[in-house]
Amino acid sequence: MLLDKDRIFTNLYGRHDWRLEAAKQRGAWNSTKELMQFGPEWICDQIKASGLRGRGGAGFPTGLKWTFMPKVVKDRPHYLVVNADESEPGTCKDRDIMRHDPHLLIEGCLIASFAMRAKACYIYLRGEYIREREVLEEAIKEAYAAGLVGKNACGSGWDFDIYAHHGAGAYICGEETALLESLEGKKGQPRLKPPFPANAGLYGCPTTVNNVESIAVAPTILRRGAGWFAGFGRPNNTGTKVFCISGHVERPCNVEEEMSIPLRTLIEEHCGGVRGGWGNLKAIIPGGSSVPMIPKDICDTVLMDFDALRDVKSGLGTAAVIVMDKSTDLVRAIARIAYFYKHESCGQCTPCREGTGWMWRVLERMVKGEAETSEIDTLLDVASQVEGHTICALGDAAAWPIQGLIRHFRQEIEDRITNYRQGRPHVQGVTLTAAE
Amino acid sequence: MSHRRFHDPAHHAPFAFSKETEEQITWWEKKYPAERRASAVIPALWITQKQNGGWLSEPALRAVADRLGMNYIRVYEVATFYTMFNLEPVGKYHFQVCGTTPCMLRGAERLKDFCERKIGPKGHVSGSGNFSWIEVECLGACVNAPMIQINDYYFEDLTIETLEKIIDDFAAGKEPAPGTYVKRQTSAPEGQATSLTDEALFDGSRAKPLAAIPNAPKPPEPAQT
Repeated sequence: MLLDKDRIFTNLYGRHDWRLEAAKQRGAWNSTKELMQFGPEWICDQIKASGLRGRGGAGFPTGLKWTFMPKVVKDRPHYLVVNADESEPGTCKDRDIMRHDPHLLIEGCLIASFAMRAKACYIYLRGEYIREREVLEEAIKEAYAAGLVGKNACGSGWDFDIYAHHGAGAYICGEETALLESLEGKKGQPRLKPPFPANAGLYGCPTTVNNVESIAVAPTILRRGAGWFAGFGRPNNTGTKVFCISGHVERPCNVEEEMSIPLRTLIEEHCGGVRGGWGNLKAIIPGGSSVPMIPKDICDTVLMDFDALRDVKSGLGTAAVIVMDKSTDLVRAIARIAYFYKHESCGQCTPCREGTGWMWRVLERMVKGEAETSEIDTLLDVASQVEGHTICALGDAAAWPIQGLIRHFRQEIEDRITNYRQGRPHVQGVTLTAAE
Repeated sequence: MSHRRFHDPAHHAPFAFSKETEEQITWWEKKYPAERRASAVIPALWITQKQNGGWLSEPALRAVADRLGMNYIRVYEVATFYTMFNLEPVGKYHFQVCGTTPCMLRGAERLKDFCERKIGPKGHVSGSGNFSWIEVECLGACVNAPMIQINDYYFEDLTIETLEKIIDDFAAGKEPAPGTYVKRQTSAPEGQATSLTDEALFDGSRAKPLAAIPNAPKPPEPAQT
């Protein structure tokens, strides 16, 4: 269990003022100039040593990502783009960082941009986060007025501009290249990689896209030391993490905890446990809607980190824990997720555009039981045809929840199909007409 | 994919930017390199939608395209791709009910049924012109489920009772407060706090200059004489 003194987001719930003076009292912008004095390489080395892995879902080592940027700025400027398009169902952590601790994010943007020799940074918020954008714009204004960003930011000699940008309700813009397309004023359709953004990103210039949380923790890591951050969690899964726990728990909440905390401890300590007690648990989606669900017997012991969840064929994703108790119709829950992916597919790749709709329609029939048992295998087959055959990971994300459902709860679908038939005349290929 | 097209006769009403809209678009344009004005298209459409009573008519789309020096088709393409752009008129209070799984698990379907009964069919403007509602995908407030975005702001932890009160208040010309409708602080757990209670976090001790930067590189050894 993490102690309060080791929490980075000390105003996660907005109990205190988010404005500059109050944020400084909590430690934001403390010695920022000094943190920058040892240069970009030192910063990248510290972030690497901290073991920080990207908090947006993929878990790529953040410090390493920063070193992919060219070491010298040539004819094209460098950009940092912060992904605040938080749309993965279950996830609502970046929202709290932006509306309650925006200065940690802005300071992180300065440090990360300096580490990547970027003079400009765009924060791309999802369009619906209007209150969050109002706060962030105001906080940026405060930071400019105080000389913390802008010309000679923090007295460091580095000129740095930061801008908030917003989208308009497209999940796909959380994919980094779709986000860049959107930021350029186009439809958010992912780009083929390579070239990777570090070579040709925003406006064709070297760009790094990072999640809000990954950027916002950076200043505190430098201030308290890479070793401090690396001291939490297990090797390769270090640090603190904001978890979002929703669904059938007594008290849903966001909370910053140590990585590798047991799932059960997380739920029982912070959320008052599963509704109706731990015994009433059916399954949990541990990392946002894209990752496969895990049944109760795995939830009993699993640790909340990248490796432990990968080992049980799921994933940490964004650490958005969706809890489902025994009253849940799991087929329906997954059918609704399938509808989400159908709705959010950008339409660029055929397997995803057609596959997401097909999978959703089959699942809707399975919810009622109006299907053949053999269709379960067909569904699995189609899911695996979509997975890995698209430009971006949305196709994978649409397939995984379905695979998770069938892996652990196939019996439930089969029972549904069997029960549907009971008491119903079943004649194939013939339209039933009333007897004369 | 979500299929979205324009098909409303109201699309023919002429459109011109107000002074405020014009100023706001200029403010947005300055955020991007001069030759990259198209970057401002989403914010510009959003501001234009606000001016136009919550939806975008075809003349409004053309005005944005002309303003940013973009081809009409490029702006149509953006407006039809992003679901926050309404291509038909909406009510003065437009309810976007989140229906994705985390909200569904906590009662979003009851809210949808209630909206249907109280406001009318999905996607239609009520007779008074005050209300309309649609179902939308995850709005990213899952620990405060179920929730509805009403115009700009989030109304969270709703029940049928609190939703009815909100609708009645809007109908009576009041402005009900956004945020959570149960006793909790934003996304914190209801009741007893489980974290962030240590007063030392807030007493200013963290604002004191750092005694030393952790892992600072060692200064080079002075040359031996």
